[in-house]
Amino acid sequence: MRVRLPSPLDSYTGGLRTVDLPGGDLGAVLAALDARFPGARFRIVDEQGRVRTHINVFVNAERVGDLGHPLAPGDEVMIVAALSGG
Amino acid sequence: MAKAKKASRPKAGGGGQRRVLVLAATRKGLFLLRSDGTRRAWRQDGPHFLGCIIHHAVLDPRDRRTVLAAARTGHLGPTVYRSRDLGRTWKESARPPQFPKVPEGQKGRAVNHTFWLTPGHASEPGAWYAGTSPQGLFRSRDGGETWDPVAGFNDNPMWGKWTSDGQDGTPDGPKLHSILVDPRDPAHLYFGLSSGGVFESADAGASWRPLNKGVVADFLPVKDPEYGHDPHCLVQPASRPDRLYQQNHCGFYRIDRPSDRWERVGRNMPKAVGDVGFPVVVHPRDPERIWTVPMDGTTVWPRTSVGGRPAVFESRDGGGRWRRHDRGFPRRQAWWTVKRQAFAADGRDPVGLYLGTTGGEVWASRDEGASWRCVARHLPQVYAVTAAEPA
Repeated sequence: MRVRLPSPLDSYTGGLRTVDLPGGDLGAVLAALDARFPGARFRIVDEQGRVRTHINVFVNAERVGDLGHPLAPGDEVMIVAALSGG
Repeated sequence: MAKAKKASRPKAGGGGQRRVLVLAATRKGLFLLRSDGTRRAWRQDGPHFLGCIIHHAVLDPRDRRTVLAAARTGHLGPTVYRSRDLGRTWKESARPPQFPKVPEGQKGRAVNHTFWLTPGHASEPGAWYAGTSPQGLFRSRDGGETWDPVAGFNDNPMWGKWTSDGQDGTPDGPKLHSILVDPRDPAHLYFGLSSGGVFESADAGASWRPLNKGVVADFLPVKDPEYGHDPHCLVQPASRPDRLYQQNHCGFYRIDRPSDRWERVGRNMPKAVGDVGFPVVVHPRDPERIWTVPMDGTTVWPRTSVGGRPAVFESRDGGGRWRRHDRGFPRRQAWWTVKRQAFAADGRDPVGLYLGTTGGEVWASRDEGASWRCVARHLPQVYAVTAAEPA
């Protein structure tokens, strides 16, 4: 799965903006992200499995909040750091 | 993970006196201020974690090399960073403070930010406590690498009542703060909830009870409630651990255990100044000597220096009499707010005092508050200031 990453995760990813990760749903992709970049998942998803307030996750063009959202081959996941104020 | 940072050392000086490290945690990163031995010259190092909100940064007094910093960003969730080399390099906690995941269909709590860090007892190397927003207590036994919830508070059947379900209106969210570990007994703990009040545990956090008698809560309809108060800051003199001081939303208090009733010694402060504020500092060796920074608590609660004239007030008799210190501070039109974590003392003799303002300045006194000098300016909003003598 192609995953696009925002700059606030640079300290984890070393500045990578695109990675390919396995997973049949959004939760599995985020688990794979954390396995590759330890600690990154908790910064974007809280301990109850909710995407954090100022993070948006899109699958293709659809905003998704459910980690169980299924993914199909060819889907693109985009993690966006949304507006958070000054 | 955070990238390693390089820091420089100040030159030796000051007749062999220990240098002081001031950790200034700000809305946009962490700054380290390193003094020479005289505490006249200061060198600024940072920002570390530029853009991150640093709520608290504390040097471990047990090894005087380890620093923990509580961080989050506007977008990303909360975490804790650790340095074993006085801030030269940093490593993120493998498991930061977080509430347990609840079963599907239930509404679980999530840590918004870690607000407070307290090193554990001297007999427990590696032990730390963290207080969070919403109000949660967490403990690490491995120097901050991993954190576990303290179920005796977080899952207490009274948690919802004590904390108003973690929904109170404290700016930036409700806090658990001022975690105090009795230097005589690692199982004897206190903390403050904003709001919620002061709480005590005699069994290492397994159970808790409110300790709020005598404290005003004029924002509640009940007179002298058991809990629901708004302590801003608690301190415990190391040299007299049965004495506690409390700067509360509704005045300045002290208590001498085993009494369970607080006395409002802030009534002895000048009426024109009042006894509202956020931080309180106690002398490291004299339990009667305390300093506070009064804020304007009138009308709509400006929470700025009273009259635009910053001052520190000191008592040398546990709050009986107070004296004003403002030498070196601006004489007028200085509308500071000093947050509850943004005032600290070092351990030197004479004691050095350090305060940070929401205007991004750090002020220092080398003479126990008698005179003040700005040692850092143009910083982001200062959230916390701690001071210690590093190894």
